[in-house]
Amino acid sequence: MEQKTKVSAEEGKQDLTITREFDLPLELLFKAYVEPEFVEQWMGTKVLKLESKKHGSYEFETTDPKGYKYGFVGVIHEFDPNRKITRTFEMENTPYGVQLEILEFETLTENTSKLKMHVIYESAAQRDSVLKLPFAQGINMAHSRIEEIMAKSKS
Amino acid sequence: MNLRRDVFQAIADPTRRAILLLVASQSMTAGAIAANFDTARPTVSKHLHILTECELLRQVQIGREIFYHINAGKMKEAADFLEPFRKLWDERFNTLESIMKKYTSTK
Repeated sequence: MEQKTKVSAEEGKQDLTITREFDLPLELLFKAYVEPEFVEQWMGTKVLKLESKKHGSYEFETTDPKGYKYGFVGVIHEFDPNRKITRTFEMENTPYGVQLEILEFETLTENTSKLKMHVIYESAAQRDSVLKLPFAQGINMAHSRIEEIMAKSKS
Repeated sequence: MNLRRDVFQAIADPTRRAILLLVASQSMTAGAIAANFDTARPTVSKHLHILTECELLRQVQIGREIFYHINAGKMKEAADFLEPFRKLWDERFNTLESIMKKYTSTK
């Protein structure tokens, strides 16, 4: 099956590209990036501030199950409705640095649209450590899944 | 072509994962592997072919028989991938899509 979300990250480079085709008209896709109530829902974060305009800034805050708070902040450099957002992104108090994100929105048909997200990191090493973040969390899940299968096959 | 993704597609299939788990404990012939499944023998052969192509399994001939061995190095390599990152974004975008669809239907 064709995957809807694609990630391409070439070995040794300090950037990556995420592309996704949506079963949504362009305006709705863009709205999901602009209206705080929608951002909160799909990003699973609290939006403390979101100024969707040139030289605007944003602050998101996520609380983990243990109650620790994580800040995600950045500045918007370019804001072209239904077309393009250029912004920085930083996970506060982490060693992952600041990344530059170029988001391009495109109409495919009346009811479908496409997002291309180009992310540039400070270095190739930094990109790779960000890529490994969900993996570190996922590996525990994979292990418990294997244990589950093994337990079932024994019984 | 992204070979790494192919490895992930290979292990995304439940039968192929079960084959890998079987062979992980001991090398086996195709017949011995197939005996563990209700699936038709040609289906199991097809899975073995895919796993061998992705280098997750290696074939070793011993006498007249071909044994399948697990390729631990490749398994490890397959693990440290882009896939969890892609999944994370895929799930986020799926949520975005369903939220915005709901929003249009209530408008």
